[in-house]
Amino acid sequence: MFIPCHRGGDSAGPDFQGFTLLMPAVSVGNVGQLAIDLVVSTLDMTKVGYFYTDCLVPMVGNNPYATAEENSTELSINAEVYSLPSKKLVVLQIRSPFIKNKYRPFCETLLSWVKSSKCARVVLLSSSHAYQRDDEQLLGTPLRYLLTPDLEKAVGGRMKELNWKEMEKVAAYPGISDTDKVLHIPGGGITKLLFTERVIEECGLEGILKMP
Amino acid sequence: MATFFGEVVVAPSRAGLDEEEEAREETPEDREIRREIEKKREVDVLWTGSCAQQPLVCSRFIVAIGRNAAAFLSSFILDSVCWEVVGVVKLWNEWCRTSSTTNVLPTDSFCLFYRLISDPTVLLCQCSCYVAEDQQFQWLEKVFGSMQKKGLQVTILSTCPVADYKTQESTLTLVSPFLKALKTKEFQEPVCCPLLEQPNIVRDLPAAVLSYCQVWQIPAVLYQCYTDVIKLDTVTIEAFKPLLSSKVLKSLAKDASESTKVLKKFLTTSETHNNIYI
Repeated sequence: MFIPCHRGGDSAGPDFQGFTLLMPAVSVGNVGQLAIDLVVSTLDMTKVGYFYTDCLVPMVGNNPYATAEENSTELSINAEVYSLPSKKLVVLQIRSPFIKNKYRPFCETLLSWVKSSKCARVVLLSSSHAYQRDDEQLLGTPLRYLLTPDLEKAVGGRMKELNWKEMEKVAAYPGISDTDKVLHIPGGGITKLLFTERVIEECGLEGILKMP
Repeated sequence: MATFFGEVVVAPSRAGLDEEEEAREETPEDREIRREIEKKREVDVLWTGSCAQQPLVCSRFIVAIGRNAAAFLSSFILDSVCWEVVGVVKLWNEWCRTSSTTNVLPTDSFCLFYRLISDPTVLLCQCSCYVAEDQQFQWLEKVFGSMQKKGLQVTILSTCPVADYKTQESTLTLVSPFLKALKTKEFQEPVCCPLLEQPNIVRDLPAAVLSYCQVWQIPAVLYQCYTDVIKLDTVTIEAFKPLLSSKVLKSLAKDASESTKVLKKFLTTSETHNNIYI
């Protein structure tokens, strides 16, 4: 659950209504997490809270975004929330892997928080094993995207303008039948689970995947 | 420029993330097996005497995690006159099983709670058993759930291999064992050693306790001893000695001669016998 850094008194906690939530999937090569680190440090985002959960391996360390002696000794934990109200952006950084059997509970807790905080959309940064690419995928960009149906209407056109490629589905039973196609994102962590959970259709989810 | 913590994963788990298994719907049989395993892996905290009435009023909570940290408290703080056992943790995992006995050896796996008789708000925990990652949250909730958090300060002692320490310094000049500290935002007192530099991290139960304190705004400090000895070792135990000058432990320290006697016992306990001859 989300616990704000500052609480008590008149503080009502941060308001994320209409914000875009940017978060990583804990996936191969830590690609999403590295990208999130760059976003938080480049935009100098402020830490506004923690995502306190029993689904992630615990870890602590000193502030990885330190710019001076004064802020280098702030403690960071495994899941923290940063915000930039001027860009209506909220970022969840996840720094450790999931505990066994906790993928689904985490997705449920996350989506419950997204709904209660009234975020407008979720952008998930993920990655997948490059050695799983087929002949066509080996050519061209290693970047792929995935959209939920309601975001398809809102930004599908923009994806085409940018010439981005949608993540291809693969045969469910390769060699036996090519008709049934499924989403296959090996090394992608919770990416596939988030996209196949029906509840995410109520809040647009966009995935950006890199095959490193 | 951001420094990142790097990959937080134990090597065996990287090989198979079992994503397909995680994403699959559970069959009723899978659910039953999972429930049975969860039941077997439940963490039980058994409080005794007046501690059975909760919430416990606690001003200082000192937690020693791992054999060497636990042995430091045995050598320099604990004795049977000033301290009484008030609780025990019972758990099982693939690495260890603890029991409800309070009569333990330094090489056993145990997790015991002690209270200072002259000031019952001072609690101490020796946790030499391994608490698995799926049990750490339970441990936290059951231990801290029994305590009143107002006015509480937590001190955590733990050890880890010096091979895990990341530094640009040459390892030739790195003298181990050495102490490094991490503290929560609310902790205002001076620390007894340098703070842990990026990109080093702490994991497992020490990290779980410190994270809990950070989130719930409890002043807490973690002292991590980096050592190149993996078993019970007096040099590693003594590396924690600077903590005896801290505000929390100063008034609790035993007589030096008593400490030396207890340390000598650890020396004989940890001797290995490698002789092979007919």
